[in-house]
Amino acid sequence: MQEGITLEEYKKMDLLRFTTAGSVDDGKSTLIGRLLYDSKSIFEDQYSAIEATSKRRGEEEVNLALLTDGLKAEREQGITIDVAYRYFSTPKRKFIIADTPGHIQYTRNMVTGASTANLALILIDARNGIVEQTRRHSFIASLLQIPHIVICINKMDLVDYSEEAYNKIKEEFSGFASKLDINDIHFVPISALKGDNVVDESDKMDWYKGSTLMYLLENVHIGSDHNLIDCRFPVQHVIRPYSDEFHDYRGYAGRVAGGAFKVGDEVMLLPSGFNTKIKQIDTFEGPIKTAFPPMSVTMQLEDDLDLSRGDMIVRQNNVPEVSQDIELMVCWFNDRPMRQRGKYVLKHTTQDAMCVIKEVRYKMNINTLHRMEEDKNIGMNDIARVVIRTTKPLFFDNYRRNRITGSIILIDEATNETVGAGMII
Amino acid sequence: MNYHLTHLKELESESIFIFREVAAQFENPVLMFSGGKDSILMTHLAMKAFYPAKIPFPLLHVDTGHNFPETMEFRDKLIERLGVRLIVGSVQEAIDTGLVQEEKGFNASRNSLQIAALLEALESNKFDAAMGGARRDEEKARAKERFFSHRDEFGQWNPKNQRPELWNIFNGNKNMGEHFRVFPISNWTELDVWQYILMEGIELPSLYYSHKRKCFKRDGVILAATDVIQLKPTETAEEMTVRFRTIGDMTCTGATLSEADTLEKIVQEVATTRVTERGGRSDDKRSETAMEDRKKKGYF
Repeated sequence: MQEGITLEEYKKMDLLRFTTAGSVDDGKSTLIGRLLYDSKSIFEDQYSAIEATSKRRGEEEVNLALLTDGLKAEREQGITIDVAYRYFSTPKRKFIIADTPGHIQYTRNMVTGASTANLALILIDARNGIVEQTRRHSFIASLLQIPHIVICINKMDLVDYSEEAYNKIKEEFSGFASKLDINDIHFVPISALKGDNVVDESDKMDWYKGSTLMYLLENVHIGSDHNLIDCRFPVQHVIRPYSDEFHDYRGYAGRVAGGAFKVGDEVMLLPSGFNTKIKQIDTFEGPIKTAFPPMSVTMQLEDDLDLSRGDMIVRQNNVPEVSQDIELMVCWFNDRPMRQRGKYVLKHTTQDAMCVIKEVRYKMNINTLHRMEEDKNIGMNDIARVVIRTTKPLFFDNYRRNRITGSIILIDEATNETVGAGMII
Repeated sequence: MNYHLTHLKELESESIFIFREVAAQFENPVLMFSGGKDSILMTHLAMKAFYPAKIPFPLLHVDTGHNFPETMEFRDKLIERLGVRLIVGSVQEAIDTGLVQEEKGFNASRNSLQIAALLEALESNKFDAAMGGARRDEEKARAKERFFSHRDEFGQWNPKNQRPELWNIFNGNKNMGEHFRVFPISNWTELDVWQYILMEGIELPSLYYSHKRKCFKRDGVILAATDVIQLKPTETAEEMTVRFRTIGDMTCTGATLSEADTLEKIVQEVATTRVTERGGRSDDKRSETAMEDRKKKGYF
């Protein structure tokens, strides 16, 4: 792997999670293979294993797609079924790739991969321009509020590295993207196969003044991807040691979902509405002064109040919405369609509840972005706007404002399967 | 104020979140402990997750009877230090009671026999969540694994019908008799683990450090010469300077020639090595999908 990274450098690295999306043949696997290969993250035994498999199948070149297709069925059918996670790092950053399949029937995987991503990498074949899947993937990236989008216009070698071809696609995409909710878009003309502008700058596209894909990945600013304004601390677990040393200790363990909590802060507890102060913020290494996302800490409060899993610690002057009637964009993941008036188990932060689907407002045509108000049959891979009512109040924020306190999952009570993912509007 | 975590701190925080989620969502969880660095890291992270309380679940060691003595000694000391309960699932016992049959021949290994002993231990103790130190970078079938991985009543994994896992909301709902495998360090790579061990000064068994040992070569893999492996007439054991990158059963854990006798040197070695750590595991070399096949049956 990377040689010569010192421990000091390693202690300064941060973490970028990105998803890759593309149609079947637009070179996604080749690009990932290229990123792994050029960053020296493919090991010799991995490489020789896929080399041997490629040869046995009579393929001329080493098929880098075999690196990501791990399951037997995937190798047999030559398709990717499930989200595969890949890892590589450079001296600047560690990267987690959620590699998601491009097939229509597996949209749920794209949503899954997108849910934790800081950045989406969308591939467009320079010869074909924007296709249906480009639109679908871009829509999902905007729906899931991935903060950064990188459009890789790939196979530039097959269009003679033409600036005109690149500009045409860029313009077309920008027009389409204006209808979406995307903040930060970058375009890079590349050839994953030949390596142009992936890790090394291309010498065939002097007209392109931007940076390489790797430079973008290493330098895109992710410091403000978390919400640092609205203080939200969902209580995950109550820690009571019952030991002599910590006899009366009562700590509220959780992961900060928004804002920065400081010792001495006046806080409000939900749902009780009680006010108290933060007495101490504990970690194994000792008490700290400030806790911010995505830190896992344990809080002690000044007053001994009733607080348990599913409750939330917030600031008095900045509280989330508290309601039982919630509007959502829902992506459906199950063969069994959504039941109108049906009851589902719901999970939101550390809270469990039941809910009923009160109304389907419309279904999205994710290729045209049209709202289909007549069609209320929500099946596998459909995205719809719905209204639900929960058995108890949830404390939530708009998903656009906070991806953690603004998201829910729906579970079928009969099968326990996760059947839907919802983003609160 | 810089509101920024390094990648190791972010990984740590994610793992702590998972441990706490397991403690909250399950009634009777257990941490699977192999004696290897990944499960030692797991105990370290679990300790952090519940501090100042003790780890609120026991450790389960599936003992093949072919463990390195250094592993066993380390295990017992660690248990004492953490103050947790240890449960041992014995492969020898499974063989003696006829639950499984021992493999024969030169490449005989108890690795796959662990599955039966593991499932037996999970069932008889009624564990509903078994946490393991598997990482997604280790092996291609593991790259598709969830943090919360559902197992049916037979303990089997169905990779084609996994629950989608979004954001940091984990669905541990299940029917009676089913259980979950949970993998808190899914997103760590081998290098992350070593860097973190170095950063935190985590104690490891001596096997991980360079030492002299009688070894022999088989199919390109260096194995320790012990009384549980039968040498072929063509094979001879000689003293080598080696260390282990992973620690499992003595019959299938390959050593690497190495002079790395400090954590700093190990990290440097891992950072520059060109072979995956499982490249030395003969259990994975049995077929292209050996890991997937074992996982479906209940391996961790």
